[in-house]
Amino acid sequence: MKATATVPALSFRSRLPSFRHFATFLGVVIVGAAILIAIFAPYLTPHDPFAQNLNLRMIPPVWMDESMPEHLLGTDQLGRDYLSRLIYGARISLLIGVLTVVTSGLIGITLGIIGGFYGGRTDQFVMFLITCRLSIPLILVALTVVALVGSSLAVVILTLGLLLWDRFAVVARTTTMQVRNLDYIAAAQAAGASRIHILLREVLPNIANHLVVVATLEMALAILLEAALSFLGLGVPPPLPSWGLMIAEAKEYMFFSPWVIMTPGIALFVLVLGINLLGDGLRDLLKAGSRQ
Amino acid sequence: MTSFLLRRLWLAILVCLTVLVVSFILTRLSGDLAVSIAGPNASAADIAIIRKNFGLDRPLVVQFLDWAGHAARGDLGQSYLYHAPVWDLIRDRLPVTLTLGLTGLAIALSIGLPLGILAAMREGSAVDRGIMLVALFGQAMPGFWLGLILIVWFGLELQWLPISGVDTWQGYIMPGVVLAFSAIPALMRLTRSGMIDALAADYIRTARAKGLSRSKIVLKHALRNAAMPVVSIAAVQLGFMLGGSVVTESVFALPGVGYLAWESITKNDFPVVQAVVLFLAVIYIALTLLADMMNALLDPRLR
Repeated sequence: MKATATVPALSFRSRLPSFRHFATFLGVVIVGAAILIAIFAPYLTPHDPFAQNLNLRMIPPVWMDESMPEHLLGTDQLGRDYLSRLIYGARISLLIGVLTVVTSGLIGITLGIIGGFYGGRTDQFVMFLITCRLSIPLILVALTVVALVGSSLAVVILTLGLLLWDRFAVVARTTTMQVRNLDYIAAAQAAGASRIHILLREVLPNIANHLVVVATLEMALAILLEAALSFLGLGVPPPLPSWGLMIAEAKEYMFFSPWVIMTPGIALFVLVLGINLLGDGLRDLLKAGSRQ
Repeated sequence: MTSFLLRRLWLAILVCLTVLVVSFILTRLSGDLAVSIAGPNASAADIAIIRKNFGLDRPLVVQFLDWAGHAARGDLGQSYLYHAPVWDLIRDRLPVTLTLGLTGLAIALSIGLPLGILAAMREGSAVDRGIMLVALFGQAMPGFWLGLILIVWFGLELQWLPISGVDTWQGYIMPGVVLAFSAIPALMRLTRSGMIDALAADYIRTARAKGLSRSKIVLKHALRNAAMPVVSIAAVQLGFMLGGSVVTESVFALPGVGYLAWESITKNDFPVVQAVVLFLAVIYIALTLLADMMNALLDPRLR
């Protein structure tokens, strides 16, 4: 009787979702929600995010006094609905994150695979490029490029994409080195496959899961950097509702109504946290997979 | 040892030269620097005068060799805005940025190291998970936003700390914390994984078998072996922090090199921008070189 009583208790315990799983689950929920919000932004927003109403400036959010129910999160200094701008802001952040990662991934993975596969002087050159890239002050260079070329969404994406490839290159290089001497590569070579074929069809799929983890990290970084650039006035141009820009515009009012910098900041923090949780979960999955 | 040092030094020089080229090309990205300097309201005659005065009518190669030659001799050119040598401007502001960077590093190390060690000693426990969660939170925190919150809370509500400037040493606390936040996650993760590897090594088992106390094992044996990657990452993070001072110094209006750079970018003072990019890059290169040399001293295998 005692034994039968303890067995279910134990198995119940092991079925409890562990903290790790919960964290990953939370990441999936946050990122999934952000993607859905970004896609369906026009249907979710109660107001036009660009519509100004100078009679309704700086209305506080609903949990504060003097709020208005039709502006759940209040309005900004130009009377634009804060919730609507936050929702459209998710579009900008995700767009920047995804397109930057595509650009930087293309550069970094190409360099890393070539360096890792060919080795020797080619590899030394790739390593040299990575060292050079790391020694260049990231934010300063990005600010300068945007200031000189002009601020637009495309310029920000391209600038960040051309700068954030270093971690892709490092990881692609080391993982390629690990698979380079494995049997299936030799088999493909013996079968007369071309170099390009081997790199794209044999090497790339086998290091792809490591690169996905890097992609989440870089996406989070790109979103934070865009916000910082926009905050300094050299990122996404107004009146686009970038979260960083919203914080910059709210800055002069933060002493009287601190909530104006809170909501966009929290949105930014939660999205980046979600992406990082997802990335951590993927990394753990990888580790568990390689142990088996 | 000597050949390792020479090879490492040669690499550092090559990287410096590349950065020199990059910082030059960077300011030429707009196509015509004279138009950028003159601003949107300048007439064609103004632009022509600027082009002539600043030597921008010469071929690019000549301009580059001129800038590189002067930079190699420590002359970083003249500021358009301040009408002063750029090097003087940087030198005047360097103490603020260095103090800020070192404060940030000190805070980051004093939080990141103990937490990383603690997480490693209790690997897999609730303490470990909690500490890793702190790392994730730190990673997701936008530095400039954290800065604004600190200003509102500690500067305005509680009035404990000054909200801008460095007239007193208290002015460095909030910016230092913001800067440290960017480095803590990486430091913590690396200390943790380094300690986990070190604690699993054979010599730790031997030390345990010898009956050494737990604190002695952790602090004397494991930490020493986990220290190497931490030294490297600390140097790298200090370099990143000095580069990232642009944002922090702008938020807190600290008169440092980063603020100078931001001001110069917004006011089209490109000789200064070009020089600060080069200067920060050279500092980073020097820091990583120093870290590699320290590691070579700590670990003979690397030589």
